[in-house]
Amino acid sequence: MSFKGGWLNITEQKISEKEALLQYVLRLADDALILGQRLSEWCSKGPVLEQDIAMSNMALDHIGRARLLYQMAAEIKGDGTTEDDFAYKRDTNEFKNFLLLEQPNGHWGDTIAKLVFYDTLNYFLFEKLTESANENLAGIAQKAIKEITYHAQWSAEWMIRLGDGTEESKQKMQKSIDDIWMWVGEMFETDQVEEMMAVASIGYKTADLKDAWQSKINQVMEMATLTLPTDTWAQTGGRKGVHSEHLGYILAEMQFLPRAYPDAKW
Amino acid sequence: MAEKSDFKIWEVFIRSKNGLSHKHVGSLHAPDADMAISNARDVYCRRSEGVSIWVVPSEQITATSPDEKEPLFTPSDDKIYRHPTFYEIPDEVGHM
Amino acid sequence: MGEEYSLEDRFQQYVEAENKVEPKDWMPEKYRQTVIRQMSQHAHSEVIGMQPEANWITRAPSLRSKLILLAKVQDEAGHGLYLYSATETLGITRDELINQLQTGKAKYSSIFNYPTVTWADMGAVGWLVDGAAIQNQVMLCRTSYGPYARAMVKICKEESFHQRQGYEIMMRLAAGTKEQKAMAQDALNRWWWPSLMMFGPSDDNSPNSAQSMKWRIKRKSNDTLRQEFVDKTVPQAEFIGLTIPDPDLKWNEERKSYDFGEMNWDEFYAVVKGNGPCNKQRIINHIKAHEEGAWVREAANAYAKKQQARKKQSAA
Ligand SMILES: [Fe+2]
Ligand SMILES: [Fe+2]
Repeated sequence: MSFKGGWLNITEQKISEKEALLQYVLRLADDALILGQRLSEWCSKGPVLEQDIAMSNMALDHIGRARLLYQMAAEIKGDGTTEDDFAYKRDTNEFKNFLLLEQPNGHWGDTIAKLVFYDTLNYFLFEKLTESANENLAGIAQKAIKEITYHAQWSAEWMIRLGDGTEESKQKMQKSIDDIWMWVGEMFETDQVEEMMAVASIGYKTADLKDAWQSKINQVMEMATLTLPTDTWAQTGGRKGVHSEHLGYILAEMQFLPRAYPDAKW
Repeated sequence: MAEKSDFKIWEVFIRSKNGLSHKHVGSLHAPDADMAISNARDVYCRRSEGVSIWVVPSEQITATSPDEKEPLFTPSDDKIYRHPTFYEIPDEVGHM
Repeated sequence: MGEEYSLEDRFQQYVEAENKVEPKDWMPEKYRQTVIRQMSQHAHSEVIGMQPEANWITRAPSLRSKLILLAKVQDEAGHGLYLYSATETLGITRDELINQLQTGKAKYSSIFNYPTVTWADMGAVGWLVDGAAIQNQVMLCRTSYGPYARAMVKICKEESFHQRQGYEIMMRLAAGTKEQKAMAQDALNRWWWPSLMMFGPSDDNSPNSAQSMKWRIKRKSNDTLRQEFVDKTVPQAEFIGLTIPDPDLKWNEERKSYDFGEMNWDEFYAVVKGNGPCNKQRIINHIKAHEEGAWVREAANAYAKKQQARKKQSAA
């Protein structure tokens, strides 16, 4: 392929399978942590006490899954790196989460839109990962799939409620979808890491889940009386470590203590 | 507007394990049954307390009402043989 | 009037015999008011109390501590919910209760009007504030109003981990670097006295308290609870090498209890009246979340109505 200069001016280097596995596990972990961190911001700010509790539950699930995945990554790396080192000592360019997940919470509908798009993909992906050739990963997926199934159902129900609720909520929900849409497409890109993991039957290409995702999303949209934007342009960069401006602030907040007291144990 | 923004109230019953009956654990607010069920799971089963959940709109429950003139002051203690503590079982027998 | 008097009398005998009062039972109007006031105040405390701790969830210094803190604050939301539900059994709606909170008609525990400024405050709050709360809540498991007592039993079961997680944070800090230990001591210095104030005015200045005790709503006096808390907590501080900020603190061999110094009651009443560092902030946040959630609640209600109508139509 001939070189084309642009914003994401990064060429892929050949990597070993071990490195690919590490990268693969880390990106799943980063997705879980960054989303969990975002959702935890809702705590004490929910629209009603019951939903505050529900949102905290999601955050707990995501952060819990992040821990398991970071622990697995630490094992693969095998040089004494800990789960907290991954979370607290890497800079933005080392985080490989989807850009979608670092976007600010906005209002309840904005968060729901983000969740529907991600939860639905995550459901199909983790369903596949329960059969991963890597036993560790399969084990984590088997534990997580129950939670993730619930997440996907919960966020879809909320989208339907808000879409088919009042005139105001319908408008708000539609705008949330329109606003977040450009961050969605990135989730279906394929790169060397994913390719290698798919070949080894360890991971799964999200591109191959696109149809299942699309038909589920269409179904939810229809029930919610909402429409998907037709725009096909999507932002990209998360899996390469090129992020939106938001991630830096997430890390500044999250990592503040270990950075300020580098010798301390917590 | 604020007056009407409350969700309706649901009573929550949980079977903590198979073999036991559903037990009333409390109530919560939700607009519909689906959400009441998922809230019940989030609120009352945070420590995996349940294997089965029932939710019932509080307004659907018909209850006896205590008589104003014969209020709570006459506990039906005339049938004390119905209470396990009525029987003196030696400690050695063990829990019964 | 004569009959009213005799009902009250019998009610008194009834609660003195350790019987529970249930929602639809006859009860003196004053009893109902007192229980509503106390339960709602308790519910509001759980809910407002989420804010100072939620303040540190996104900054917790390890993934483990982040999970624990989030789970803890979520529990407090659950406690608020149990207690609102218990209060609603007396015929007042959650909307009304929240309205009373937001308009300042209902109070919540003043302790939550202090800011959480360092991570060590998460330790101090869990250890001292939850510790003081537990002291009170264990007593309330035997309160005479049935739904309140049942809510408290559930809450106490869940509370057991709260104090321990706080103490663990303090323990780690106290055994950590010089800066960490200083952070822990600083937090103890700030939270100690407000924690003692959580038990309320001293018995001679607490007129409502006597009636509550008589009705078996409250089972122990403010000063008794406070003393129990001090006796329990001082050795815990010593164990991790922290100093209680009270020069008058001294073991009293005769009483088999600690003597301790006088609290700054001016500060106590100032904070109760709304002049704590965070009174305004807490309520503003609560109102903001509530108002921003209004359209969500309306939508969910509207959707539920539509669904019900659809069901009816398809059944017809
Ligand atoms: Fe609590
Ligand atoms: Fe607590």
